[in-house]
Amino acid sequence: MAKHINVSLIGNPNTGKTSVFNRLTGLNQKVGNYPGITVEKKQGTSKFGRACKVHILDLPGTYSLNASSVDENVVIELLLNKKDKDFPDVAVVVADVENLKRNLLLFTQIKDLGIPAILAINMTDRMKRKAITLDVALLEEKLNTKIALISSRKNLGFDYLKELIQNYNQLSVKPSLNASSIAPAYFDRLRKAFPNQDLYKLWLVITQDVNFGTLNRNELKGVATFQTESISNLKRLQQKETVARYQFINETLKETLHIDTANAKDLRSRLDRVLTHKVWGYVIFFSILLLIFQAIFDWSSYPMDFIDSTFASFSEWAKTTLPAGDFTNLIAEGIIPGLGGIVIFIPQIAFLFLFISILEETGYMSRVVFLMDKLMRRFGLSGKSVVPLVAGTACAIPAIMATRNIENWKERLITILVTPFTTCSARLPVYLIIISLVIPDDRVLGIFSLQGLTLMFMYILGFGAAIFSAYILDKILKIRTKSFFVVEMPNYKLPLPKNVIITVIEKTKAFVFGAGKIILAISVILWVLASYGPGDFNNAEEIIQEQYASENLSEEDFAMHVDSYKLENSYIGHVGHAIEPAVRPLGYDWKIGIAIVSSFAAREVFVGTLATIYSVGSEQEETIKNRMAAEINPVLGGPLFNFASGVSLLLFYAFAMQCMSTLAIVKRETNSWKWPMWQLVVMTVIAYVVALAAYQTLK
Amino acid sequence: MRLTIASLKKGQRGIIKDFSVDIVPLKLLEMGCLPGNEVTLVQIAPFNDPLYLNINGSHLAIRKETASKIEIELI
Repeated sequence: MAKHINVSLIGNPNTGKTSVFNRLTGLNQKVGNYPGITVEKKQGTSKFGRACKVHILDLPGTYSLNASSVDENVVIELLLNKKDKDFPDVAVVVADVENLKRNLLLFTQIKDLGIPAILAINMTDRMKRKAITLDVALLEEKLNTKIALISSRKNLGFDYLKELIQNYNQLSVKPSLNASSIAPAYFDRLRKAFPNQDLYKLWLVITQDVNFGTLNRNELKGVATFQTESISNLKRLQQKETVARYQFINETLKETLHIDTANAKDLRSRLDRVLTHKVWGYVIFFSILLLIFQAIFDWSSYPMDFIDSTFASFSEWAKTTLPAGDFTNLIAEGIIPGLGGIVIFIPQIAFLFLFISILEETGYMSRVVFLMDKLMRRFGLSGKSVVPLVAGTACAIPAIMATRNIENWKERLITILVTPFTTCSARLPVYLIIISLVIPDDRVLGIFSLQGLTLMFMYILGFGAAIFSAYILDKILKIRTKSFFVVEMPNYKLPLPKNVIITVIEKTKAFVFGAGKIILAISVILWVLASYGPGDFNNAEEIIQEQYASENLSEEDFAMHVDSYKLENSYIGHVGHAIEPAVRPLGYDWKIGIAIVSSFAAREVFVGTLATIYSVGSEQEETIKNRMAAEINPVLGGPLFNFASGVSLLLFYAFAMQCMSTLAIVKRETNSWKWPMWQLVVMTVIAYVVALAAYQTLK
Repeated sequence: MRLTIASLKKGQRGIIKDFSVDIVPLKLLEMGCLPGNEVTLVQIAPFNDPLYLNINGSHLAIRKETASKIEIELI
């Protein structure tokens, strides 16, 4: 029978734990969520030889077993729950040879839980350059463990690591130090109260913050209420424990680890001097931003155009090849464009995560956080909010996914809530057509195009709205968060292509399968609502024939009029008429109303809907623009799209939450419908009020 | 005068004095910020906050607010 081993990879952040995971599993991994929370669960399988199947779980990076975030809590809950199906047979603790002292803290804690643990010291290829020598045999003896010197970059030492994993039952489970020595009397009482339990495990359960997670306390009944010490005393004991562990580690390393500091002058200080410089730091950061913008807007437009036309012709092909009927229409007009609407975002998302993961792998991201923290903090955000806000100008979906590395929940939540205000690429087609309609093609001071300035103003407005609402949210949200701001400034490293590629694939997959399902569903619903209708809808052909009996309509014109009539009388058309009283004060007619309703699925649908509704066969902007310019306001007379209604529309689109996929992703990231609904209502109200005020003042 | 990490100048070093967990989060301790350890101020961010520290070989950045709670002795 094949041997089955459960392995947990544990380690501090920035130890290359994920690279080790990638080395051990290859692409044989899957990423999901832990039930009920949004922490990523990465697991994979690997075969060691013929008779040994290994299941590897990549636990979130943590500095200790004292949880201060949901991510870290996952680690503790698993290690304390022997009944969990993922409970490790053996823990592989990954450490960075240059940060061994700090990394060993976690290792000694895991040893004290009585879990067989292997110490995998990573990045050992740098030892020579950094003049580090390590007495492995002595260290193994001191720590009661087996050590594998590995390098995930150079692929060294993995065979030995695998061998150690296979022989995990030969590992010692003796604790590396006796935690009860920090308060013998207290631990004695504990031992007497719960004679059958592991002492260190009890201690961890007692000291864990109970604000998050559902630590399995039933198994350890009564422990939570066992408080012979006050909370502040327990905290003091935790501090004492940490100090005791560091003492042990310092003594151990004094004999086994030698660093020739004279030789250790490195790249770090030289790069830091430039990258965190008060002028150059910002210049470099903004140049990188510019490059990312360029990639997202310019480079990705080529694959996006290709995807767009491919899906259009695919839809056309389906329409002509499949037997005519409702089912074919659903496929050709609902499902295929719906799928296209998902796939078209892939280039932007892939580019964005390509840059983000390179910046993270190199260690540069920590420097950006360091540079921007003070500025962002004034608005209730953190230095770590910069990435999502920048990413939001492409698309709020990957941007919200990128908030994951903000540990502070309040700062993260505010970032998630305000990111949709930034001007995403879906607003761009809407802005472009309205600006070209209502803003005169003049120049300011003879050089700046007024239309261009308006567009720039819209970007500034979006960013301003995000910052301003963050400021307000910071004041009104009452959230108690325990974590505070600390960023590790890791060593600079060249990114590993394999890690970068895996991250890009993972994030893109998460988007396609997560948000994609919802985008698809909404576009099918919209298609149904626009393709069916009560009463007259079904006699559109005859009615148009009668209406235009005297004119000699070409076949093409006839079809357009039928389509237009159908849309007006479809369910969505009825919805448009129903909401007309609500949008009239903003200066819109029912057609714009429909466009707004249908662009709830995605903002750029606005232009397409108006195109269909104004019976314009081709989607060339010039034609739609002319038609829009010719529309007459049914109540007031005069052009429907004038300065007042145009500005009102621009402002409405700047503030309104019209993106089903963003709502879906916010739901996923916050794990509740409360926040997306809140976002939807508040943003729509702001949009409505601002647009109303603008129209009523300007008209 | 009470000397804290926040009063260090760039490049200056100090030894962390004893402090209470009530004011310094456990997390910082775990990252190596312990009484008796040597701390160097590597860099100050523009606008004077956060501070980039090297504590006993561990490189981290913390906000001034936290730094001003950790007393040191200059060396």
